Amino acid sequence: MTLTPPAALARKGFFKAPLALFRRGASAPRPRVVRRLPVERDWPVAAIVAVQVGILVVAIGTWEIAADTGWIDAFFWSRPSAIGETLLTFFESGRAVSDTLFTFRSTILGFALGTTLGAAFGLSFWWSRNYARIVQPYIICFESLPKLALAPLIILVFGIGLASKVALASALTFVVSTLTAYAGVKAVDQDGERLFYSLGATRWQVFTKLVVPSCVPWIISILRVNIGLALTGAVVGEFIASEQGLGRAILYAGQTYEIALVWVAVMVLSVLSITMYVAVSWLESRLRRGVGQ
Amino acid sequence: MSADSKLYLEDVSVTFQTADGPFHALAPVTLNIPRGRFVSLIGPSGCGKSTIFNVVAGLQSPTRGRVLIDGIDATGSIGQVGYMLQKDLLLPWRTVLDNVILGMEVRGVPVAEARDHARPYLQRYGLGGFENRHPGALSGGMRQRAALLRTLLFDSDVILLDEPFGALDAQTKAQMQEWLLKIWTDFGKTVVFVTHDVEEAVYLSDDIHVMATRPGRVIAHIPVDLPRPRPRSVVTTPGFVALKQRCLALLGHPADEESEAA
Ligand SMILES: Nc1ncnc2c1ncn2[C@@H]1O[C@H](COP(=O)(O)OP(=O)(O)OP(=O)(O)O)[C@@H](O)[C@H]1O
Ligand SMILES: [Mg+2]
Repeated sequence: MTLTPPAALARKGFFKAPLALFRRGASAPRPRVVRRLPVERDWPVAAIVAVQVGILVVAIGTWEIAADTGWIDAFFWSRPSAIGETLLTFFESGRAVSDTLFTFRSTILGFALGTTLGAAFGLSFWWSRNYARIVQPYIICFESLPKLALAPLIILVFGIGLASKVALASALTFVVSTLTAYAGVKAVDQDGERLFYSLGATRWQVFTKLVVPSCVPWIISILRVNIGLALTGAVVGEFIASEQGLGRAILYAGQTYEIALVWVAVMVLSVLSITMYVAVSWLESRLRRGVGQ
Repeated sequence: MSADSKLYLEDVSVTFQTADGPFHALAPVTLNIPRGRFVSLIGPSGCGKSTIFNVVAGLQSPTRGRVLIDGIDATGSIGQVGYMLQKDLLLPWRTVLDNVILGMEVRGVPVAEARDHARPYLQRYGLGGFENRHPGALSGGMRQRAALLRTLLFDSDVILLDEPFGALDAQTKAQMQEWLLKIWTDFGKTVVFVTHDVEEAVYLSDDIHVMATRPGRVIAHIPVDLPRPRPRSVVTTPGFVALKQRCLALLGHPADEESEAA
């Protein structure tokens, strides 16, 4: 049997039907729709801000009117005017500042303590693979444990003062920091270690000159997560038992049906949270520039 | 073993224990590297070139055999030779200057002193103006220069270079070869050089050791008796071409057309 080459087949008329189809498609071109690249023009900043303020004013105005006309129950929802008055008294009484400072202090202490100790613990695994293997299951247990559920125990042990809030904030940040630093340790370039050893380095030199610097970006990357976790820990600690702090102000106001005060304290807490987040982001970018990343 | 032997490998063999049983990476290898020479190791991928270097640098203990430096047993001791691994391994968080002084720093030289010592070298060997930059800002050739200077300033008599120019383009590679020869002449060190490029090996070396795989072993020693300094045009001389052909034949390559034409 001989194979017929395609060209010969075409000459014999085998491909006629498909070719005809092609030609018909080409002879009747469809009209092209003219389209332009969709472009959205940027509004001036003033216009954006004006709309944002407008939305806020409308929302607050609607809330106030709804409370006036009895459309919503002002006892449960409070009203903007009442919240405004409460905000003023909250600041005039000095409680705003003292509560904010209390929450701020426990958050920052817990953040610093948890991050430092956690990172140090994570870095320590570089020293011995066997030690790392022994400790690992315990860390995973502690990681999966809902730390906030331990809050009552922590309050019992550390009392109702600052220490228990710091402990809770540290507990939340500690494990994340440990795991991240350990991930950094595992990612240390093996060939980098070999380079150091080929130069006759000691383990301590490899640790300080290679392992720690290569884990620094990993540790920096969890600072922003940790500040949020530390604030959560501090506020929950205040919910459970405390004499000061924004968390305790919110809880207390709720229990005594001072709904306006709940709103005020939540607002102040958000401002604190945003401020700390921005500060840590700034710190992060400074540190990154410092380590040349 | 002759009297001027700088580095001597005595029946060094390496067997790795793998999941599929023992793997003989290096059959007993004996190598004599005389003082102040430029010696190349060539061979197919996986023939144990890097393994030899790891053994000499003390990063891998040989299953059998000894490593002698200046006639003294140095098997398994680290920090005896300068070793440039297959990657440049510059630390991204250090400046070029601080990368170059790493070896001195590890040996305990105070940082300020080490920097003062290294600065003139950076100037002289084409890294002037880059000392305070980070490695990320350097080109491939510059990175290799920095890594090589780090190896040289470690101040050991023997330096091991594992395919330092493997990743460079042809033009940069030629520049770097000239640069390396200049450094070798200036410093007078004993260099052991690994490459896949036969022409590079012949052009640079005093001696070539050809290796074969499975198990890794040395199959030939080829002295290169071309006079120095060698101009670039040496690559077209019959002597050079003959040496290159011999190496290629030992590596199991068919004679290539370019050199047949010459
Ligand atoms: N730790 C190890 N365990 C098992 N086998 C290994 C180990 N290290 C290297 N080998 C094997 O030993 C052989 C020699 O490796 P080596 O890295 O020395 O080769 P090479 O000649 O440097 O190759 P290349 O030119 O690709 O760099 C290879 O087949 C490699 O797979
Ligand atoms: Mg190799």
